[in-house]
Amino acid sequence: MAEIVIENIRKEFGSFTAVESSSFRIEDGEFFMLLGPSGCGKTTTLRMIAGLELPTSGAIYIDGEDVAQRPASERDIAFVFQMFALYPHMNVRRNISYPLVSQGLPRAQVKAKVAEVARILGIEDILDRPVGGLSGGDRQRVALGRAIVREPKAFMMDEPLGALDAEFREHMAEELRALHDRMGATTVYVTHDQLEAMQMGDKIVVMNHGVIEQFGTPQDIYDKPATMFVADFIGSPSMNFLKTHGNVSNGAREVTLEGSRIPVPEMYEPFEGELVFGVRPEHIFLSDSGSYRGEVRAVEYLGTTQIVTLDTHAGPAKARISSDRPARPGETVGLGFNGETVTLFDGHSGRALKSSLNEGVLHG
Amino acid sequence: MADVALRGITKRFGNTSAVDTVTMEIPDGAFVVLLGPTGAGKTTTLRLISGLEAPDAGDIEIAGRSVLNDTPAQRNVAMVFQQYSLYPHMSVRENLAFPLKSPILKTPPDIIRQRVEEVAEVLRIPHKLDNKATALSGGEMQRVSIGRALVRSPNIFLMDEPLSSLDAKLRAELRVELKRIQADLGATLLYVTHDQIEAMTMATHVGVLDEGRLVQFGSPREIYENPVSLYVASRLGLPRINALPAELFSGAPIGAKTIGLRPEHIREGAGLASTVTRVEHLGDQTRLHLRFEGHDIVTLADAHTPLAPGDSIAIQPRNPLWFDSQGARIA
Repeated sequence: MAEIVIENIRKEFGSFTAVESSSFRIEDGEFFMLLGPSGCGKTTTLRMIAGLELPTSGAIYIDGEDVAQRPASERDIAFVFQMFALYPHMNVRRNISYPLVSQGLPRAQVKAKVAEVARILGIEDILDRPVGGLSGGDRQRVALGRAIVREPKAFMMDEPLGALDAEFREHMAEELRALHDRMGATTVYVTHDQLEAMQMGDKIVVMNHGVIEQFGTPQDIYDKPATMFVADFIGSPSMNFLKTHGNVSNGAREVTLEGSRIPVPEMYEPFEGELVFGVRPEHIFLSDSGSYRGEVRAVEYLGTTQIVTLDTHAGPAKARISSDRPARPGETVGLGFNGETVTLFDGHSGRALKSSLNEGVLHG
Repeated sequence: MADVALRGITKRFGNTSAVDTVTMEIPDGAFVVLLGPTGAGKTTTLRLISGLEAPDAGDIEIAGRSVLNDTPAQRNVAMVFQQYSLYPHMSVRENLAFPLKSPILKTPPDIIRQRVEEVAEVLRIPHKLDNKATALSGGEMQRVSIGRALVRSPNIFLMDEPLSSLDAKLRAELRVELKRIQADLGATLLYVTHDQIEAMTMATHVGVLDEGRLVQFGSPREIYENPVSLYVASRLGLPRINALPAELFSGAPIGAKTIGLRPEHIREGAGLASTVTRVEHLGDQTRLHLRFEGHDIVTLADAHTPLAPGDSIAIQPRNPLWFDSQGARIA
């Protein structure tokens, strides 16, 4: 198993830069997510770690050794693709044993290893079946088996669940995570699905246009977004952005939004200009005494909670509140904010302003 | 708009009953969502109402009159499908006008123009009217196909998973949109989905289907808080309700086989010991995976819970749901 350190890697395809100089560290045994929309550079980054692409510049250390310019075959990494490619003319056992047989491992050892992998994946009963008639889930398990059996230093997975339908995807995500917990193998996983990243990852790198927007634990990325892009991309419904023009002084504990004074974490940098007040839906509550007011436009019942969509002077907002509190479309209500959770952004650059909330999480 | 009633309708395909003696009232102006997994009979029910299938038994009434002998056109229903099927060579305006140009309706051109513009307004696409249908985003195309249903004044709108091919953000937006349109128009709408969020957020009434039978019909809140069976209870709620053997806890009523525990039914910090196996930070909720007496339980925790895998936590049921050996609710 392995620790992977990425230092200033960069990838250009002709005049197009797919990945701008990027650095991050993947600890031994971590389940690590590369998250972003299509074209953000996440798959290129994964392919560079695996050795399927060579970086234009920068270093990739696997267990302390720089492998950036080495071919994939010298990196001891297993790759699982979105479309699981199995050998159709072979049965399950032969598909899984193939990587070992081609390494010239003695037959008895191959047998023992395949049996162990089959047990881990719970597919012992289908070992002698042809792969043709298998369900999607079993095909995915066999593809994983073929990756696991080599005991590589790390696994690279490129949207392995992307082709599955929603209900089954959730099931496989749980299974994959449980498998990881049993094996403890370093895994780098590419996805565009924020929920999948939050659900499975120990750490997440959020990318956009070839640039790393943020790197951290799921909870930190959710609570303390470094940019408006991250705040919007993570979470459903995403963070509310209430826009205003104003100034923030060093040490400020509140801002003025359409004439109402709203609490914020202690601000650590002065700012003047287009200001965006960012608050998660679960940190807005309805309060009769709130001076900042909004009109209820829609109510969505979700069981334990409900999502209330409001029109306010500084823009639309969604609040996630308990289902006990009645809210009717057309009604005007006061809004309260859980000030400690608020992030203020520079509306022009999209960058989060430093505060007591995000101190230590934001870099540079 | 009109109310629609199904009276004991059954539809068999060979030996299987796709729809089994379903009786249901869809009041005028209601937003009824039929919820169930693949094969539950949702789409067949829509096709029976629209007249694309004929029932083997039972009656269908629209505005108080049996329509069994009416053709689909005479029933005056409007259907919206999962896959938007727009005419690619036509503009948005022509696509929207098309249903009104049907020879049966004989709508005068100025009325057509007026209706199309009204609907474009409702759908917030008036600036797109002269675009080619193919020059629209996925969400806009689906809005146009909903619009093609709206230009007519049908007795009822029938929608078959119209949002399921859209991405998550767009789906969330159109959910609110569709609910608003329905409320503004006072339209009667029957909507089929396997997505519980759509059912919970849009419906005035939810009908839960299980293998062709309508097992419960009520408001989203009734279905969530007061399910008649474990099957219904499992259809709504994220994370899914935990079903455990009743004897694990005290207080089981006579005949109880299974205890159903939603996160709000689990009190943490008192009762019996369980072990944390995983803490999942999903942002808006934090899921706690517990191992309890050889069973897995998924519940919710405070977003900043200090709990970590391997920790022990005591849990106790609080107003849980109890089910008998058939899965029927007994308390």
